[in-house]
Amino acid sequence: MNKHLLSAGDLTAADITRVLDTAAHLASVTDRAIKKVPTLRGRTVCNLFFEDSTRTRISFELAAKRLSADVINFSAKGSSVAKGESLKDTAVTLEAMGVDAIVVRHGASGAPWQLARWVDAVVINAGDGTHEHPTQALLDLYTMRQHFPRFGGLRVAIVGDVLHSRVARSNVLALTTMGAEVTLVAPPTLLPARVDAWPVAVSYDLDAVLPKQDVVMMLRVQLERQQAGFFPSLREYARLYGLDAVRLAAMAPHAIVMHPGPMNRGVEIAAEVADSIERSVIASQVSNGISVRMAMLYLLLGGPPVPGLDDGPVQAAEPAGEVVRGG
Amino acid sequence: MSGVSATAIMDAADVGRALTRIAHEVAERNRGVDGVVLVGIHTRGVPLADRLAAKLAEIEGRPVPVGALDVSMYRDDIGLRPPSAGHDTHLPFDLTAKVVVLVDDVLYTGRTIRAALDALVDFGRPRAIQLAVLVDRGHRELPLRADYVGKNVPTASDEAVRVQLDETDGDDGVVLERPAGVAGDGAAAGRVEAGHTGRPA
Repeated sequence: MNKHLLSAGDLTAADITRVLDTAAHLASVTDRAIKKVPTLRGRTVCNLFFEDSTRTRISFELAAKRLSADVINFSAKGSSVAKGESLKDTAVTLEAMGVDAIVVRHGASGAPWQLARWVDAVVINAGDGTHEHPTQALLDLYTMRQHFPRFGGLRVAIVGDVLHSRVARSNVLALTTMGAEVTLVAPPTLLPARVDAWPVAVSYDLDAVLPKQDVVMMLRVQLERQQAGFFPSLREYARLYGLDAVRLAAMAPHAIVMHPGPMNRGVEIAAEVADSIERSVIASQVSNGISVRMAMLYLLLGGPPVPGLDDGPVQAAEPAGEVVRGG
Repeated sequence: MSGVSATAIMDAADVGRALTRIAHEVAERNRGVDGVVLVGIHTRGVPLADRLAAKLAEIEGRPVPVGALDVSMYRDDIGLRPPSAGHDTHLPFDLTAKVVVLVDDVLYTGRTIRAALDALVDFGRPRAIQLAVLVDRGHRELPLRADYVGKNVPTASDEAVRVQLDETDGDDGVVLERPAGVAGDGAAAGRVEAGHTGRPA
């Protein structure tokens, strides 16, 4: 596993399995009376959010706190960024304060990648522009694994605004790494230009695709982009690409409905579908997010120092007890 | 396993007898099994706890609750070794006011037990915690001792004690592995081969 988590595409199948397994063990911490383990005591995690976020920031904050790390929340509003400080200066400032990990959300695709080149701290991409959102993909895979034994041959449809969706990109990368069969469903205007080069099937017809799927992942219609005229009207979009009760009934009985949130009820997903206790796993996606982010923080921060940065004395001084019996 | 010489120090019958004796000692010390629960430490402490529970049930004629504890999130060497995914902690009872008998295969530095004590108190406040181990090999780095010991095995620090159990390894037995040749020379090999008795990877 790399030092940073910048793209779901950097993870091998073994890496993903390791994250999901670790998350499964850490999930039990949430069920305890004392929802905390001392694992990352003394580490500092900074949530560096240049874009608004509710669930991702809170999820990362809870994950870090359940592992006993100290958490700093930084949002662009009310910070020196509002005074015109650059990303680099902000990052260097955080580094100088001894931050061990930076969880970054930024409107510019590639910002976490750039950040990782400036700082020694571990960088975790919490969503960059229209590029990637790897922890969302990992929590989606974790949620799918709760319902389906394997990813090999699992049929997943990702429906909606693929063009602007970092969730879709990260999910395509992670799912195809795991051997799932992904179908993107969207109006032609909301598909990326070179989608034919992606290892996925593409369809414009939701009704034709739905009955064959194990998982149907609805993407948020990014209403703020709707002015650009990607589709004629919200009502038409909802009629062609919205998941309502009629379409839900056309799905296989075992198939599940996912949504990364926040939802536009009545647009891409009908309220009765979103709230369907039998079929919708949207609420468990949120709770699984904490376990998966705990796993990611633990795997990236709980290991030995990366060689070349701070190697040597700590490991060299460790007696045989390190590898032989610990207790 | 080249570069390592192995000496069997317990066979399957020895392991069985040691566990039987420990079960009797647990029952004697606690005057029965009222309020006693067994908690095995992953990996090999878990099947050992199951076996002790079965023996105690035979001796006392009533079932003894068993749990499993994963201590990987409580270890003091987090950040010094590659993180492990760990195992599931499963404690299907309230620890409050119970006598918890922690069970592990090998007692060595004591650091796993320290982590286990920290983990246990996050789940409740036991009346007492006791420790049962199949092998005590010495070299403690913390002020801890076991209440019940299957076998005391004096070892050198470059040796490794490898416990094999039917449930995890297909057979019962305890083997002492020492690096072949001069001790200093083989120390590295001993550490590598000690994987089985180290923490779960």
